[in-house]
Amino acid sequence: MRRRRLVSRGLLYLVVVFFAVLYIYPFLLDIGTAFKTEADAAAHPLSPIPQHWVLSAFSALAQQDFALWLANSVVVAVFVTLGRIVFDSMAGYALARLRFRGRGGLFAAIIAVMAVPSVVLLIPTFLVLKELNLFNSYPGMILPLMTDAAGVFIMRQFFLTIHPSIEEAAKIDGAGIFRTFWSVVLPTARPALLTLMILSFQGSWNNFSMILVAHSSPSLDTLTTGVGRLVSGQLGAGTQYPLQLAAALAMTIPVAIVFFVFQKYIMRSGEGAIKE
Amino acid sequence: MSAPVIVLLLAFLVAPIGMAAWVSVSDWNGIGSPFAAGVHAVGARNYTALLSQPGLPQQQLGESLRNNLYYVILVVPVQTALALALALFVSRRRLAGRGLFRTAYYFPSITSSVAVSILFLYIFGTSGVVNAIVGHLGGQGPNWFNDPNGLLHIIASGLGLTTAPGALANHGFLGVSWWDWLAGPSVAMIAIITLAIWTTSGTFMLIFLPAIYAIPADLTEAAIMDGASAWQRFRKVTLPMLRPALFLVLTLGLISTWQVFDQIYLMSQGNPAGTTLTPAFLSYLTSFGNQQWGQGAAIAFILFAIIVVLTIVQRLIISERRADGVS
Repeated sequence: MRRRRLVSRGLLYLVVVFFAVLYIYPFLLDIGTAFKTEADAAAHPLSPIPQHWVLSAFSALAQQDFALWLANSVVVAVFVTLGRIVFDSMAGYALARLRFRGRGGLFAAIIAVMAVPSVVLLIPTFLVLKELNLFNSYPGMILPLMTDAAGVFIMRQFFLTIHPSIEEAAKIDGAGIFRTFWSVVLPTARPALLTLMILSFQGSWNNFSMILVAHSSPSLDTLTTGVGRLVSGQLGAGTQYPLQLAAALAMTIPVAIVFFVFQKYIMRSGEGAIKE
Repeated sequence: MSAPVIVLLLAFLVAPIGMAAWVSVSDWNGIGSPFAAGVHAVGARNYTALLSQPGLPQQQLGESLRNNLYYVILVVPVQTALALALALFVSRRRLAGRGLFRTAYYFPSITSSVAVSILFLYIFGTSGVVNAIVGHLGGQGPNWFNDPNGLLHIIASGLGLTTAPGALANHGFLGVSWWDWLAGPSVAMIAIITLAIWTTSGTFMLIFLPAIYAIPADLTEAAIMDGASAWQRFRKVTLPMLRPALFLVLTLGLISTWQVFDQIYLMSQGNPAGTTLTPAFLSYLTSFGNQQWGQGAAIAFILFAIIVVLTIVQRLIISERRADGVS
């Protein structure tokens, strides 16, 4: 019996480690190959360690507009994240607390909007940006991504869990709605705001399709569309694996940092109920 | 206080969809405003060109639906099963380092589609990782992204069926013969399917985890006391308790797999021989590429309809099952 248990535990670890390798090894290959020569990358695809470490992929990347793409990605991600935090929390609060006509209808509409598939919105978004003269502009890339029904939903659900007594105290002290919201309610919403921030940053930093249809000018390319051009062969010929993998590596680093810093919040979902 | 959000929703969701609906029944060619005087309503012409009129648009739509169908059929069950298995592994209390494993499985989920596409172009390249492994095992890997052969056709020809039976070759649906409907996913599509499963199984693992932790420990203990085997416990205790999470994962999977766009744009542009074309990418190609905006918008609405119908059908199946459970 004990031996059987030992065997089954060993088997579990074998399977778990096998999958971990399957999920992580590609990233190790990515890192290693980014420092390889092209010949090395083609000859030894399975080895994450370069035969000679070279930086040629990164210097080639620097010759592309990499710095510009990075700057554009930062601009888009920062504004989308800030915008979502402000607007989603305001709307979420209004839907959770304020009494106004059409509140139920508005909430239903937001739920319906969440169900509209994003790829269906590619052409519509382009049409509206053209009509509003926002095509090929930063606001044109930022505003459509700021529209985030899911975030409103998250914030509403959070505000519903806060006890109204806090706000009543503020009201008695003579604070108005905005004042109450800003300095009393919002500070209690830190966990929800953090979740929203992480989701928004990750979503806008990684977004490809919406940014693609919002501009045509190369000077507005973000990392996703700029590197995307690199991949689909619109810039330079050949496979250039080290160059492409170096680009993939570079664009992954910021989200990876956010992920590791806030890992507890992201993975929290499972931990809450653990009894140890 | 909800005014900014209402304005954003109206400007970037409601108005756009209305405009696209108009474009889908117009002859707008991308020049000027779709509301300008020279743009005419053409009724359902864009839709009939796609759905009922033999020709290239219809054939491309048929192909894209076939490709996407095989993609859905393979990705949804495999990613769901894998996500559940991974969640069950890392929820074991006695598994040392399970936080580490959880991070490892989830990490692909946070990576952008662009970075992952690059990674898989390399892994499935002609002299890439997969073919190197196949080579070590003494075989020879395919030229993945240039191989349009369908999996089922490859199996059929392995069984000696190399030419299409007349009944299947001469009849078809949406401009694609039944023989070609039965081609299976192409070799190129299989590489993209692998990518999808690899990236999303970690995401869905995270949905299963809280549901697994919510299963009362005494329920499992009671089953153990009754002498239930591990498999019986999984079938009779774990799985029924996970049903809501399972349906959520299936629904989200079904919705997202019908929308595959980024990977197709980045990795194959619908090639080889149209076997990785999907409705989402075809819609983009037709409008942004060929400037046939009416038809592109019509494809987007057809895709929308497919997703809506599938979601409704799934809901009906769920509620029927629930009713069965009660009776």
